[in-house]
Amino acid sequence: MLVLKQLYKTFNPGTVMQKTALDGVTLTLQPGDFVTVIGGNGAGKSTMLNAIAGSFQIDSGSILLSGRDITHLPEHRRAAFLGRVFQDPMMGTAASMNIEENLALAARRGQRRGLHWGITASERGAFREKLSTLDLGLENRLGSKVGLLSGGQRQALTLLMATLKKPELLLLDEHTAALDPKTAEKVLRLTSQLIRENGLTALMVTHNMKDALALGNRTIMMHEGRVILDLNARQKQTMTVEDLLAQFEQASGKQLANDRMLLT
Amino acid sequence: MNITQLLNQLPGAAAQGLIWGIMAIGVYITFRILDTADLTVDGSFATGGAVAAILITSGVHPLLATAIAFLAGLLAGLITGVLHTGMGIPAILAGILTQLALYSINLRIQGLGTDLGSRANVPLSINKYKNMLVSLRNVGSFSIENPIWLMLLITVVLIGIMYWFFGTEYGCGLRAVGSNQQMARAQGISTGRGKIVGLMISNGLVAFSGALMAQYQGFSDVSMGRGAIVIGLAAVIIGEVIFGKLFRNFALKLLAVSLGAIIYYLVIQVVLWLGLNTDDLKLLTALVVALFLAMPYWKSHMAARRMKGGKPVV
Repeated sequence: MLVLKQLYKTFNPGTVMQKTALDGVTLTLQPGDFVTVIGGNGAGKSTMLNAIAGSFQIDSGSILLSGRDITHLPEHRRAAFLGRVFQDPMMGTAASMNIEENLALAARRGQRRGLHWGITASERGAFREKLSTLDLGLENRLGSKVGLLSGGQRQALTLLMATLKKPELLLLDEHTAALDPKTAEKVLRLTSQLIRENGLTALMVTHNMKDALALGNRTIMMHEGRVILDLNARQKQTMTVEDLLAQFEQASGKQLANDRMLLT
Repeated sequence: MNITQLLNQLPGAAAQGLIWGIMAIGVYITFRILDTADLTVDGSFATGGAVAAILITSGVHPLLATAIAFLAGLLAGLITGVLHTGMGIPAILAGILTQLALYSINLRIQGLGTDLGSRANVPLSINKYKNMLVSLRNVGSFSIENPIWLMLLITVVLIGIMYWFFGTEYGCGLRAVGSNQQMARAQGISTGRGKIVGLMISNGLVAFSGALMAQYQGFSDVSMGRGAIVIGLAAVIIGEVIFGKLFRNFALKLLAVSLGAIIYYLVIQVVLWLGLNTDDLKLLTALVVALFLAMPYWKSHMAARRMKGGKPVV
């Protein structure tokens, strides 16, 4: 499905700001894998997702998706295969456009955009139906500007947009981190539901170890730009957060320096 | 101060406003839809005038000449777009570079066929070129020849076309580029190409407007676009301030821009009639635009202050 081979990326090389973000990341995902990704600050979790999405070009290594080499494909071309939800709820939607326009844009992700009308009447009905499953009352607000929605509503909408046209891979980059706990839980539940119903392959970065263990069929831990731990579904079941912390110290030789992770 | 003197000036102001309104719609596309301040327009407005004038004087039908002026504007926008997206030059600087280059190019265009090979001004007498689309000679009459009718028709048709275009799949993609580039890319839209296309359409309209202005005033001048961007912004802002609450629909927003340009020219006529020196006009325009541009910033600043319980926000 997804194959990452020896990904390397150094930001600001040759300056005092030099930072090796990816230090030989190698990872293979099977179709239908739902992998949660954890690690301390600066471990390279988001960088790995952004490398897959093509936000920047990697220094070396290769990225294969369904057998295609997408290493050098520009970001907007990879979008055809990828669904993305960002940490910042403002990032995934166009604030000055209304809900149905955002959905219509997402429904055409990766397709040639021609001079047909941007939204069809039949789409509108389908959008309303999908929105009603979110249970946020958005189905009656198709014409509202997305900028008027709350962070949680925008994130739920982004999630729906990312899966509207089935992606080969869903990339979730700490997509509940900016939400209040109650909303975060709701969005997370929606995430699992959408992944399950659509049989999606997904990579989800989270800072919440409990969530990381509870969700998905596989958990990987990153540290200093490398994957240092890879747990399968069976291992996840017996693992506790304390075990995970101990494993981290063992694998990295360091205490996990992420207050956020310890507190949640 | 004779009131009939003012009243006599108003039809001319309305016609000018309608012509500049098309330019302002071009500015609206970059400034509001693409969220870029494009300074190419000062140059491309004059390019439109120059291309139309030189073609009309060499016997090309004014309709065709105006259409070719539009194409020249597309090209100007393409250059700014490539400077910006292909060479990484900030949009505002890319526009300034194109604008500057266009000054020389416009002199050369206007000089085509002359001995010197460059010329600052091309006269376009309505007596000589009777089939020009618009002329200020007829602006006082009630006949069908009055340029206001044709300008109204062009404006309505243009707004219709823009409404359609920005409602299509492609147009929606362009709006997404202006609204949120990260989101646009995540949906498979090339933000670089989108910006180039937006700049092209915008400058195409600006040059189209310049071509009409050259015919209307009976000459094309290399400096006729000076300050065009500010007039365009003034029209956009006046339209938003006056009609913003009323006009929510996209077509109506474009109409507001055109009305903004008309109001701008009517107000100019009034302040001139009240005794303002023509030389001070640009200063006045700049001041008014600066004030209106500052308003949303001040508003948000004051709102933030209120939320912090009156303490200044750092």
